[in-house]
Amino acid sequence: MAPVGILAVQGDFQAHGKALDRLGTAWRLVKKPSELNGLSGLILPGGESTTFLKFLQEEAWFEPIRRFASSRPVFGTCAGAILLAEKVENPSQDSLGLLHVTVRRNGYGRQLSSSVQTVEAEPELQIGPEAGAPLEAVLIRAPVILRAASQVRVLARLHGQAVLVREGTVLAGTFHPELTSDGRVHRYFCGMIADGN
Amino acid sequence: MAEQLFRLKTGLAEMLKGGVIMDVINAEQSRIAEEAGAVAVMALERVPADIRKEGGVARMASIQVIRAIQKTVSIPVMAKVRIGHAAEAQVLQALEVDYIDESEVLTPADEEHHIHKHAFGVPFVCGARNLGEALRRIGEGAALIRTKGEAGSGNVVEAVRHIRAIVRDIRRLATLPEEELMSESKKMGAPFELVRMVARDGRLPVPNFSAGGLATPADAALVMQLGAEAVFVGSGIFKSTDPERRAKAIVKAVTHYNDPAVLLECSEQLGEAMRGLDVASMDEKDLLQTRGW
Repeated sequence: MAPVGILAVQGDFQAHGKALDRLGTAWRLVKKPSELNGLSGLILPGGESTTFLKFLQEEAWFEPIRRFASSRPVFGTCAGAILLAEKVENPSQDSLGLLHVTVRRNGYGRQLSSSVQTVEAEPELQIGPEAGAPLEAVLIRAPVILRAASQVRVLARLHGQAVLVREGTVLAGTFHPELTSDGRVHRYFCGMIADGN
Repeated sequence: MAEQLFRLKTGLAEMLKGGVIMDVINAEQSRIAEEAGAVAVMALERVPADIRKEGGVARMASIQVIRAIQKTVSIPVMAKVRIGHAAEAQVLQALEVDYIDESEVLTPADEEHHIHKHAFGVPFVCGARNLGEALRRIGEGAALIRTKGEAGSGNVVEAVRHIRAIVRDIRRLATLPEEELMSESKKMGAPFELVRMVARDGRLPVPNFSAGGLATPADAALVMQLGAEAVFVGSGIFKSTDPERRAKAIVKAVTHYNDPAVLLECSEQLGEAMRGLDVASMDEKDLLQTRGW
């Protein structure tokens, strides 16, 4: 399989690399649009969404990422999920619009409201050695998914609210599976790549 | 529970990696910083260059200013407290700042003891000049380490000295046999368990950023090349002639720290950098880095 790209503007891109290492999946860092060539999938990591946004706008990344996502899987965590959303609130900001959800930034509040939670995962996430175990979600100044269109599948929920969703080739989580040793979410993403969608 | 809290504290630092944290003294500067792509802002009463020039006691920023900054930006807001001033830290925690910098830039409140940082829900960043100092701060609960450098000097030499010292000491520890670690712990004055952890993992148990004297995009790229995972820029931005442009250029330089063509682009047409001081000719009493231990 061709390597998975990890956007390395800023943020916890190395943590995603380690998560893929644990699954034996090849990856490389991406800092320029031309580096998207030859990748099987793309991860938009956690970080600061405003910083990512300035960078993606100034260096003309929007179209290359949209084109990439039309044929290959893209996975965003936290700030990455904010970038993928159709609509962003608190404050309102531009986004790629690849996922038909509305997200609210810092939906739980400031750092003091960051938390580790156990979330309810759908059966299709119960893959690999961790299958059946509780799925831990590390939420750091995390966004909240306020609304999702009907074609968006919810793969994990916290208190009934969507925290991991998929629409076609796009996967997005408000939490950080890359900061735990549980490989299920990354394994699911690699499965999307292997399935050719 | 305590372990989960510490994961959340270092977790936020993970999100800041590869970014630039900018010192700001008011809401307008924080807006400029966010617009330029800062990953966080650091609120303080005066930038280090002014503290150095004006003297007097430097304390945490005014609450009014921090509130105004919190209203203005959506990125994390950090604020500085004096070394050992637990009450200032409690105030900032009640204000829900996202990170507290227990900083040598402010006038120390306690010359013997730093804050017991494990007692707080808000994460702390602390300065260090070498690995022993970094591990003492982590032992007290710091979730992020930055080099001290020499704040407000506009001179990168001390930040370079400190990041090199920390990275070198980590590498050296990783080569030592187990039986030599206790003696190292004693020599460094660092907690034994943390010394073992560093020797085993070959890295600090928390992210490792750089600060103190960075003034140009190339300065920022240099400390990144030496092993820093993100940078703090203090006086370097708002003491230059064109803060917007310089802030943006430093952000870009940190992302592309290994790409000379981009660094060239970042270094062009920046206006004047802050003037800068020759640290080697400064009096010991004028150094900020020797505050704390």
